Amino acid sequence: MNVEITLEKIGPGHLMLLKGDVDMNTSPDVRNGMAEVFKQPGGKVLVINLSGVRYMDSSGIATLVEAMQNCMKQGMKLRLAELSPSVRDVFELARLSSIFEIFATAGEAQAGL
Amino acid sequence: MTDNRQQTSDVSQKPAGIVTLTVPSHPRYLYVVRSALYPLILDAGFPKKEARKVILAVDEACSNIIRHAYDGDPAQTITVTVEDGADSFVVRLRDYGRKVDRAAIAPRDLKDIRPGGLGTHFISQVFETVNYDTSTGQGTLLTLEKKKQQVKA
Repeated sequence: MNVEITLEKIGPGHLMLLKGDVDMNTSPDVRNGMAEVFKQPGGKVLVINLSGVRYMDSSGIATLVEAMQNCMKQGMKLRLAELSPSVRDVFELARLSSIFEIFATAGEAQAGL
Repeated sequence: MTDNRQQTSDVSQKPAGIVTLTVPSHPRYLYVVRSALYPLILDAGFPKKEARKVILAVDEACSNIIRHAYDGDPAQTITVTVEDGADSFVVRLRDYGRKVDRAAIAPRDLKDIRPGGLGTHFISQVFETVNYDTSTGQGTLLTLEKKKQQVKA
């Protein structure tokens, strides 16, 4: 089972669309995709659209926490959008909903920057 | 002549079902375990949301086996046994790697925001019984049990 990673440049920064399962097998691919973002200076925000994520485990959560830490180092915001039910479940169990900035749509996540 | 109504009744009173699946200890096979488990959990009467959490917990336990018992060696095996009993849903995970050090297993404080260490927390949140048996030769037999009464309540 693979994960599809689509990176797009948006006005205030970067939009990453994830599709598939983010687990122990695929998290390294997601981490590599994020590394591409952090190589490009100047963005204000990294928006990650999670609507296509069918499954996420703790390694996926760890990848998002790392992304948040890297964004903070670079003066960027990390915003998560369109969480699928499976992603909501794992956020609920990990009590992470208050840690991340979460938006209903990717469009809303790009606003106000 | 067959009494179809009687047949239907007998089928509804199904005996406890046991399903066994053995997968290689490579992370790419985690989705196979998840895919096999999902219909079994629904069939056991758990709602979809609860089924997703059970799958997450079992997946985390398998990941821990790959990571800690086998040190990432993909050439070993994990045997998953699922028992849908009258009162509980039981998942047993058998590995033949390094025995679990029970003293080292502890869910971390969720206020400590950092990558990693959440798997054990998920497992203990989802299952009422978590038992690591290291007395069975090489490796560990992990038994995870979830009461069905929790679902009905």
